[in-house]
Amino acid sequence: MSATELFTDERAVRGTSSPVMGMVLFVAGEAMFFAALFAAYFSIRAATRIWPPARIGIPELPIPAVLTVTLVTSSVVLQFGVRAIRRGRVATFERLLGLTILLGLSFLALQGYDYSQLTFGIKDGIYPSLFYVMTGVHMAHVVGGVVLLSVVGAQSLTGQISTAWHEPVDAATIYWHFVDIVWICLFTVFYVAVPR
Amino acid sequence: MAVIQAPPLARPEPVGRRLLVWLTTTDHKKIGILYLINSLGFLVVGGILALLMRTELARPGTQFLSLHAYNQVFTEHGTLMIFLFIFPTLAGFGNYFVPLQIGALDMAFPRVNALSFWLLPAGGLTILSGFLVKGGAAAAGWTSFAPLSVQGRSGQDLWILGLAIVGTSSILGGINFIVTILRMRAPGMTMLRMPAFTWSVLATSLLVVLATPVLTAGLIMLFADRHLGTVFFDASRGGSALLWQNVFWFFGHPEVYMLILVAWGIVSEVLPVFSGKPLYGYRGVVLAFLLITALSFTVWAHHMFVTGAVELPFFSVTTEIISIPTGVLFFNWLATLWKGKLRFEPPMLFALGFIAMFLIGGIDGVWMASPAMDFAIHDTYWVVAHIHYVLFGGTVFGIMAGLYYWFPKMSGRFLSRKLGIWQFWIQVVGFNLTFFPMHILGLRGMPRRIADYPPNQGWTGLNTLATIGSYVIGIAIVLFFLNVFLSLRKPKDAPADAWGSGNSLEWATSSPPPAHNFDTLPEVRSGRPVYDQRASRQGLVRGESPA
Repeated sequence: MSATELFTDERAVRGTSSPVMGMVLFVAGEAMFFAALFAAYFSIRAATRIWPPARIGIPELPIPAVLTVTLVTSSVVLQFGVRAIRRGRVATFERLLGLTILLGLSFLALQGYDYSQLTFGIKDGIYPSLFYVMTGVHMAHVVGGVVLLSVVGAQSLTGQISTAWHEPVDAATIYWHFVDIVWICLFTVFYVAVPR
Repeated sequence: MAVIQAPPLARPEPVGRRLLVWLTTTDHKKIGILYLINSLGFLVVGGILALLMRTELARPGTQFLSLHAYNQVFTEHGTLMIFLFIFPTLAGFGNYFVPLQIGALDMAFPRVNALSFWLLPAGGLTILSGFLVKGGAAAAGWTSFAPLSVQGRSGQDLWILGLAIVGTSSILGGINFIVTILRMRAPGMTMLRMPAFTWSVLATSLLVVLATPVLTAGLIMLFADRHLGTVFFDASRGGSALLWQNVFWFFGHPEVYMLILVAWGIVSEVLPVFSGKPLYGYRGVVLAFLLITALSFTVWAHHMFVTGAVELPFFSVTTEIISIPTGVLFFNWLATLWKGKLRFEPPMLFALGFIAMFLIGGIDGVWMASPAMDFAIHDTYWVVAHIHYVLFGGTVFGIMAGLYYWFPKMSGRFLSRKLGIWQFWIQVVGFNLTFFPMHILGLRGMPRRIADYPPNQGWTGLNTLATIGSYVIGIAIVLFFLNVFLSLRKPKDAPADAWGSGNSLEWATSSPPPAHNFDTLPEVRSGRPVYDQRASRQGLVRGESPA
């Protein structure tokens, strides 16, 4: 144990660990990032008489509904993974983590397919601007989440994750849940709360 | 994990090896110094740009900057001074002194800390490199209002990219500070025993983490409008140019407080040490910091009064309310001085200069909070005067106070007192000569961001005066660099408690501190552990002033 670790341990406060607290703060910042985009959406929607503007084919519901189920399921699976590592079942954790990553990748593939089915492109006005940029930056966050979970997976496979020390798992899980929640907001705004 | 440096060798290490240590360091003290060096470099660049502008404006007519070049120069001046000089300087002080003040070994995430720093020169040079590309640097002002910023050439893209990098650096830094302050405090160092400076860094970090991502969102929308064919800021196609202003200022006003809070923190450290008294109303100061942090998210649209698209009474009232906690700070600073044994060392002079100059800037601000006043002076030189009284008269004087105050701790050597006093007075004179006339220019209707003006408006004399003043400021800054250069050649002679009257923990360790910060950490039983240590050594009762 290095001197730093000794020093930190000496004064360890009970409760939240540094990586988890760091991730919570990062997610708070990310929430503000998406809040800015949602604020843009609502201020423009409020100022527009017909929404979505005419000529825009509203996206179909079925595929995005499957996307939502995929992402929510992945969050639940990951949470079971966290429970497993807390109880010392490393192999179970690794399987559940793998399943989460797989669900994340399916989400990305399916959303790519959904994009190809849309009748409007990014240059077709303000609604497509909001739609593609907001879902696009979310997609980038899913990619980021998959990378983060893969790094945690690699740590676990090399024996760096254990019941005693699994802070990266907790931190990555918080991030993944956040990405999930943002998707639910996007799903509501772009697919559910639109006149059909 | 922190790199634990080997004990100093008897022989000096070769230059290449020492350079490698600095390039790869995760020691918060070295990173803090890197922050300061980088920031002072950008101060020189931003300062030269300012002198270019003032030289052009000395007389009517365009003498040597074309109109387009002038636009680039003021855009880069504002951007670099705000994002690459002022903010990183404050972050540099935070890096060096927050862990010391709370009795920690290092920051919570030392490697993230190194990343935060190295992103800064990368982002700064990206912004600056606009001068090298076809069409020149960004030219839409530091606020880059749409649709002008949608139309700019590739320099504008470099501005967007650079700012996104710098923003990422601040967010990572902000998270690091918050976790460090909340989790790494020494035994006995409760939240309400933390020095005011540490509190100011905590408040600033909260603002950074919550406001900077909003700018990033705006930058992404701007970039998409420029290259992906989106129409966020195109009113003719359903977007809104005001959207940029709302997003930018929602970030931009908290940003103003990010640029001043830490300077308030520095002044709240310096005044007690050179008055021989504790900070008056410490809890009031902390509460004021936190109130301002919260309120700063409610005032952004006072930058947009003249758009006619904002709720004037609401934003006018919130802006005036935010001056109340600011007034509390002024009261507490003055009460700290009251009946103190004042020592007019350079840090104290700069802190007093800060109070006087920032007061003018603050009063300017309260005036402008009134929409009727704002309508008359919006986008005039009055606003330029205001921002410089706040950020130069305020923050830069605060930064200078901090540099003189902590230089002995960081280097083991005192900056020359004589040169410091000269610098202070030259800077005060030059600053007021430059920026006070701008109030009058603004009231006479001179718009900001213009390269030329007609000779018959009565603006010429005051502009010439301001230009002379700007060169006087230049002399003051040169004196500062000279002082640093000369002082670094002197032997290290600063004791642990360099000023003999320190309060906070950084004065409990040697100057400069060892890699591990503290050989022994004094027991923390109050907000002034080093004072307690001094008092008990001299057998004094609490409350008496040790010699």
